[in-house]
Amino acid sequence: MKRVKRRYLAVQLDCDGVPAERDFLDAVWASFTRLYGEVGASQSGLALVSFDVERKVAVVRVSLECLPFLRASLAAVTSVAGLSVALHVLAVSGTLKALFSNF
Amino acid sequence: MKRTFVDLHLRVNPKDTQATRRVIEKAAKLGYTAISIPFCGQLEEDQTRALKATCVEVGLDFVVRADFKPRNQEDLMRFLRKARRKVEVICIFCDNKEIARQAAKDHRVDLINFQSIDYRKRFFDGAEAELASCSQTALEVNIKPLLMLEGPPRVRLLSSLRREVVLAREFRVPVVLSSGVCETSLMRMPRDMASLAYLFGLNETEALDAVSSNPMAIVQRNREKLDAAFVAPGIRLVKEGKQD
Repeated sequence: MKRVKRRYLAVQLDCDGVPAERDFLDAVWASFTRLYGEVGASQSGLALVSFDVERKVAVVRVSLECLPFLRASLAAVTSVAGLSVALHVLAVSGTLKALFSNF
Repeated sequence: MKRTFVDLHLRVNPKDTQATRRVIEKAAKLGYTAISIPFCGQLEEDQTRALKATCVEVGLDFVVRADFKPRNQEDLMRFLRKARRKVEVICIFCDNKEIARQAAKDHRVDLINFQSIDYRKRFFDGAEAELASCSQTALEVNIKPLLMLEGPPRVRLLSSLRREVVLAREFRVPVVLSSGVCETSLMRMPRDMASLAYLFGLNETEALDAVSSNPMAIVQRNREKLDAAFVAPGIRLVKEGKQD
């Protein structure tokens, strides 16, 4: 079986408060599903790797093929659990080690 | 070469200095190198100077832009005659076909913008694209409606934009991607803004060009024309001779 290539994204949450980890992931899933449908979302392999509450930085994982779709979905998020939010992609990398050394 | 990013459409009221400052600082933080806050009414020298000073403080280049929504062709001509030598970028909001055709045909117009989300009021068809291509007029797309709309209205808007992008590509009309936002929470990093353009069919290079080289080319072309040494396209005054 062919190995699935993945990309890791460091995402900065730009908001006044700090939303819960679960709410953040729900908002990303909701945005992805609205734009690309449930079939598209099921093929993305989207997962939350870490969520730093202090720095407001989340690390998410996605399959390489779905990277542009995820980037568009992240940019389209305007609120998380009623909190006005902008999500900015700080860095994209193929490994977590390289990602954490990049930002 | 490193890309420089431009947002030509930040819709804040220049008279509201606090909000304007917040937006300018945010734009600098997000990684833009040049921004524009359009003037819709009378262009005021004091405001322009103050905005330029604020931008310089945070390391941004301020582009003087005027927006206009003409009622008819005469109105458009009057505005272009009055504003062309004063501002660096002119954008025309096209509400009807007559205006859209005239704006696309006129080389003094830099950007044409269709604000309506109704596909019947977006007049960027083959004829429009051909006229725009000949006069080097670019098509401006705002991302704000893509962020604000949901469901069927967004689907219809994306469908219209996809059709317009295909025509723009066919007739080599540059596409300029602008935010069109009035609050900082809707501002996005340049690459994130470009990624929203994937939704209506621009590929990665085209999307990045739409937030960097395409708007920058318009600004540089017009700055060159507004320069005192400019005589005609390709002709510049290099040195003045002394009178005997």
